[in-house]
Amino acid sequence: MLINVPETVVADALRGMAAAHPELTVDVEHRVVLRRDAPVAGRVALVSGGGSGHEPLHGGFVGPGMLAAACPGEVFTSPVPDQMVRAAAAVDSGAGVLFVVKNYTGDVLNFEMAAELAEDEGIQIATVLVNDDVAVTDSLYTAGRRGTGATLFVEKIAGAAAEEGAPLERVEAIARRVNERSRSFGVALSACTTPAKGGPTFDLPPGELELGIGIHGEPGRERRPMMTSGEIADFAVDAVLEDLRPSGPVLALVNGMGATPLLELYGFHAEVQRVLTERGVPVARALVGNYVTSLDMAGCSVTLCEADEEILRLWDAPVQTPALRWGR
Amino acid sequence: MSDMNESESGGALDVAFFTRWLTLAAAAVDREADRLTELDSAIGDADHGANLKRGFAAVRDVLEKEPPQTPGAVLVTAGRQLISTVGGASGPLYGTLLRRTGKGLGDSVTVSREQLAAALTEGVAAVGRLGGAHAGDKTMLDALGPAAGALGESFEAARDAAERGALATVPLQARKGRASYLGERSVGHQDPGATSSALLVAALAEAAA
Repeated sequence: MLINVPETVVADALRGMAAAHPELTVDVEHRVVLRRDAPVAGRVALVSGGGSGHEPLHGGFVGPGMLAAACPGEVFTSPVPDQMVRAAAAVDSGAGVLFVVKNYTGDVLNFEMAAELAEDEGIQIATVLVNDDVAVTDSLYTAGRRGTGATLFVEKIAGAAAEEGAPLERVEAIARRVNERSRSFGVALSACTTPAKGGPTFDLPPGELELGIGIHGEPGRERRPMMTSGEIADFAVDAVLEDLRPSGPVLALVNGMGATPLLELYGFHAEVQRVLTERGVPVARALVGNYVTSLDMAGCSVTLCEADEEILRLWDAPVQTPALRWGR
Repeated sequence: MSDMNESESGGALDVAFFTRWLTLAAAAVDREADRLTELDSAIGDADHGANLKRGFAAVRDVLEKEPPQTPGAVLVTAGRQLISTVGGASGPLYGTLLRRTGKGLGDSVTVSREQLAAALTEGVAAVGRLGGAHAGDKTMLDALGPAAGALGESFEAARDAAERGALATVPLQARKGRASYLGERSVGHQDPGATSSALLVAALAEAAA
């Protein structure tokens, strides 16, 4: 691994972000990444966060048109409430703060505690949970569907609404709508290596793949002999469509898990596009790349969001962050 | 007369005892961190050992630097420190366990084992509410619940109950936390949270020995 020691990987990365992105304020000691111009008068601020290891999520999405602040935790470990309280206090203009929280027990608990503490300080907080992963089928007997690729859609689209000046309840409603209209399915071709463990988080022999993985190096629900890109696309897209059943055009995210080359991701996207065409689902916008990763895991996920006019307009709105940047 | 005073004030467990408990817990977590991480990589995300190690080291530091005045304050301070340093689900869950147990002890300068058992039962219930988990869901509650029940009897009984509870999670299917995503594949592995809970209770018995 390209590290100094496991204990400092998060702080080291934050120091690097600070050096590479002078347009951000990076508080390495307290672990918050902020828009340099925050708080922006009259604007709702989006604050997100989660375990590290999913880069560019969330710090790479801080900037005009998306997040006002991000709170990185240890690798695959949610941040602590102190971080979110500090971030909320730094970015709140008085218009309120929307917490965007991926549905994992740790993230939910720490953001809940942070919301209580921030409200005690007079900050208005709303929270939206992202839970788009259709691989979790039995949510009655689990911690519920996980937040994965749709987090990018929620942060981009709700962030654009906030940038336009929409009030908190409106930004919250849009974020909720995007989540409700989004579904994901992920596949791993290899396990990932956490710095603390120094070895693979689960044992996946070459020639096999895991279907229905999350983004924390946890094994999936089913293991199969290796499939082709086209076969994986059939399986993943159908799993998503079975649950989403879109009646119109979709936003499509083909996301790499960290160790799969763009060459393979674009080839996979061609297959995703083929399956969607066969199923009669038009793709309004597509994004291909490594956005919601799982350290050095090989594999990919597909996220589809059933679009409408407002979602498309907000998707196309300008965004200026380290990882997403267009329209200005 | 001195016996009477002791029973009136509640018992013999003082600040030094509670500080010793948490110091021993920190040492146990330190010693067992790799094993916790190994268990967590089977059904979780391989960070339980590192996270608790960081949290309990911070607890040991804060208790050294700003020694609290009552047993309750020791646990409340430790709980807050865990919430501020651990992250993940274990930070809020262990933090709530210690905070609520500490609050249940009130302002007494010394407490009895029975009072601690009653306060711990409240703390365990608070953990259940926060995480929405029940006995048998393959979580830390499977060690803590039996331990709180047995603490009324003796420290050793609590330790043994926690240990048995942790071992009994092996055949269970996880219904809460990250292991729940594995469905039936979580069966056959010991729950890391129940295992660290058993360490915490074993440290309590060690502090009393």
